[in-house]
Amino acid sequence: MLRELGVDDFILLLTGAQWTILLSLVAFVGGGLIGLFTAIARSLGPLPLRWLAAGYIQVVQGTPLLGQLFLFYYGFSIFGFDVSAFIAVSTAMILFSGAFLGDIWRGCIESVPETQWEASEALGLSFTEQLRYVILPQAVQVAIPPTVGFMAQIVKNTSLAALVGFVDLLRMGQLVTAATFEPFAVYMIVALMYFSLCYPLSVWSYHLERKLNVADPN
Amino acid sequence: MSLIQINNAVKKFGSLEVLKGVSLEIDEGEIVVIIGRSGSGKSTLLRCINGLEKVQSGDIWVNGINVNSPKTDLRRLRQQIGIVFQSYNLFPHLTVGQNIMLAPRVVQKASNAENLKLAKDALARVQMEEKIDAYPRQLSGGQQQRVAIARSLAMKPKMMLFDEITSALDPELIGEVLKVLENLAHEGMTMALVTHEMGFARRVANRVIFMHEGKIWETGQPDKLFDSPKTSELASFINSVL
Repeated sequence: MLRELGVDDFILLLTGAQWTILLSLVAFVGGGLIGLFTAIARSLGPLPLRWLAAGYIQVVQGTPLLGQLFLFYYGFSIFGFDVSAFIAVSTAMILFSGAFLGDIWRGCIESVPETQWEASEALGLSFTEQLRYVILPQAVQVAIPPTVGFMAQIVKNTSLAALVGFVDLLRMGQLVTAATFEPFAVYMIVALMYFSLCYPLSVWSYHLERKLNVADPN
Repeated sequence: MSLIQINNAVKKFGSLEVLKGVSLEIDEGEIVVIIGRSGSGKSTLLRCINGLEKVQSGDIWVNGINVNSPKTDLRRLRQQIGIVFQSYNLFPHLTVGQNIMLAPRVVQKASNAENLKLAKDALARVQMEEKIDAYPRQLSGGQQQRVAIARSLAMKPKMMLFDEITSALDPELIGEVLKVLENLAHEGMTMALVTHEMGFARRVANRVIFMHEGKIWETGQPDKLFDSPKTSELASFINSVL
């Protein structure tokens, strides 16, 4: 039942790529929200909250993403929740991105000099006003290049979702390979598709890094 | 009652006692210069006045407000006392104008129009009107420090604290900042300054305080204090800086 590799397969791969993009976006947006809270809690929160945030970051960074994906994929059903593969892998990817972004952004918040806190405190700003008007805007400038760089990591890491059966770009590659038995050609195309998603992000990250460094000589 | 009243203030950083029972009063309109070797507690004393540092014992009153009472609204207190730091501490992501207008807008809820006028007036007082749209990095150290002074003035404080504000400047830039301070003095602003500019202290101060090892060692009118120091510590300090 083997068939020739054709345009239809290319379109199939593109639909797989759509899911890869969607999963990446969900992971980035959800992870970004969690990451922001984690970064603030980790660097500025009361002690118990700091420990909690640190623990979360350690656990996620200290375990393989594939393990986390399995945990959520099977974990949900073990606890009686009947959720789709997309929900399961999204949850795992969000928590994964949240921990890494939280750690990256923690560093960015802490890179704003103590004297900026002092100066704004002396002007009568409250803690949240200091954060909103003085600290975070400066932290964001530092954070943009590594954040865009991490987006490329997210895109590549979503490919692990294929191993729990989520039909993303890589999984679609496996399916097309099974139908055509052209593994080399298929995975070449798959790799090129990943590359064309990640490469612009890397270039953009590099560009932003140079631009923001030039803008701020400090 | 004096504008500032400090009773027996003690400040420790860990086991290091930086202020060992300091008492001081500053009246409205008075200009007090604090001198002393580094580590003598001068900057710490200044920072305790607006609550950036907390004293362990003793108390500090500013315009009838107890700085160290947990009930004190530090936000309100800080609108009455401006402080300018050695390292300017302008907000690098904001223009000069935005630096000045941030606190009046956020803390005092000034309208945009009155805020802009406030900023322009404050900049005029430090001769920096034309730089309102510049970013801090585009300015020299002296200019940045003058903007930092304007930023404090825009809050219309009753008193200004200056913590070694010329120490980080190149020698040729010190003059322009001192001139701004002298103008403020002529306007009648109450000021407490920590400085190593002895000539300035002599010209402008009503009272000079010499701090040594966490205590007020000697105090008096500038001419008397500089010309006839009573203690050997002050005499040797004056010798070392002149």
